[in-house]
Amino acid sequence: MKALLIGIGLLPLVRLIVLGYQDDLTANPIEFITRSTGTWALVFLCLTLAITPLRRLTGISQLIEYRRTLGLFVFFYACLHFSIWFWLDHGLVFSEMIMDVIKRPFITVGFLSFVLLIPLALTSNQWAVKKLKRNWARLHQLIYLIAPLVILHYFWHKSGKNDYFTVSIYGAVLLILLAFRLRLRFKQ
Amino acid sequence: MKNINDILASEITPQNIFEKRRQLIKLAAMGAFGLSQAEVFSRNAFAQSGPKLPAKVNPQYFVADKLTSYKDVTTYNNFFEFGTDKADPARNAHTLKTRPWTVSVEGLVNKPKVWDIDALLKLAPMEERVYRMRCVEGWSMVIPWIGYSLSHLIKASEPQGSAKYIEFISLADPKQMPGLSSRVLKWPYTEGLRLDEAMNPLSLLTFGLYGEILPNQNGAPIRITVPWKYGFKSAKSLVKIRITDKEPATSWKVSAPSEYGFYSNVNPEVNHPRWSQATERRIGAEGGMFAPKIKTLPFNGYAEQVAHLYKGMDLRKFY
Repeated sequence: MKALLIGIGLLPLVRLIVLGYQDDLTANPIEFITRSTGTWALVFLCLTLAITPLRRLTGISQLIEYRRTLGLFVFFYACLHFSIWFWLDHGLVFSEMIMDVIKRPFITVGFLSFVLLIPLALTSNQWAVKKLKRNWARLHQLIYLIAPLVILHYFWHKSGKNDYFTVSIYGAVLLILLAFRLRLRFKQ
Repeated sequence: MKNINDILASEITPQNIFEKRRQLIKLAAMGAFGLSQAEVFSRNAFAQSGPKLPAKVNPQYFVADKLTSYKDVTTYNNFFEFGTDKADPARNAHTLKTRPWTVSVEGLVNKPKVWDIDALLKLAPMEERVYRMRCVEGWSMVIPWIGYSLSHLIKASEPQGSAKYIEFISLADPKQMPGLSSRVLKWPYTEGLRLDEAMNPLSLLTFGLYGEILPNQNGAPIRITVPWKYGFKSAKSLVKIRITDKEPATSWKVSAPSEYGFYSNVNPEVNHPRWSQATERRIGAEGGMFAPKIKTLPFNGYAEQVAHLYKGMDLRKFY
């Protein structure tokens, strides 16, 4: 089951490779790949955060087994998203990349979200869970900071064209998922 | 049965390929440079389908860079009247009706006139010119346009002594343009130039590209092309041209005055507040997506022809 999920999770990447092979990545392939990987990181973030509400609503507790895989896919696509930008927009020149992070607010929050994802990805294993004990859960609450940062990143990106339709859908989904958690907490 | 000698070449060869061949011969006649472009033309021949627009190559306005493919030129467009995604215009612009079409020339002119598009097509001989096109977003193309200098139309309208500016107004019909429902910009799309900029022979009243009439998504049936300014200055699907004595309120400047100025000359030294303008990504560059970005040139490489227009002006202030 987990292998199937990994296979499905890799489909967006496979699609990009196939499109690239067919020379069909639009007129501006770098922009297309950057945006596509960014979108998929966000989709997997929504899916990851949907697991707990789904478990409560359906009562299927095994769902928790897939949360880590989904979470790691968030990091996987965020890594691709960041690497392509670092490599093809900044030619792997670290100082130039950092200058861009400082100069453009939408890059700042995007970069910050990526950096914050790193400790979460590194501790997504049994060993870290055992080692960190209660702190593991505390650390992983960072996701409640990352999610709004990611939405802000996307929102500012779209602000140049005053085109907020897509980002407001993702924003609403995340808001509903977070509201569900808040409600759970109040009940306890 | 017809004698084999009675069959015309045009009967055997499909019209568009026949026309393409003529174009190849014409280009080849231009010498080695013509040949280098011929390969590009032939590769794109099959992607094209629109009605032809015959034009004479103007070798004075030929950029030696590799042409951007017909496919990229016609599927990657900013034309917000048909949606904000760059793939939207190619998908949605089929609803644009380009006949009948008129362009009203009015304002401070002795000869105001509502021109029929077919009359404008005949006002001056059609030229093919290869221009660089630099978008303010940081990408660029090289496009073989067809048209004639805007100055022909301005002269025919006889501007009055007080005339200083020219305003271009695009069609804004919600029935034909689904993007008008968004409030991204104030409609109708409005652009403008100083009159001396408009009179510069580089300013092209444009009716076609790649040997055919403009595809709808590229601003059919008539647009302007101002190659030394960012792409948004080149207004599409024009319905009105006004000669005025006041600087026109142009759409992007009205929408975000700190980001887009009236002049908007391509300038690698003046950055957009949110990104650098020092380099650009050439669409369809040799080496594909891994090709490095190229340096942006002052006035998009047309400094020789236009820099004198801005003598004594602080281009940081008049961005």
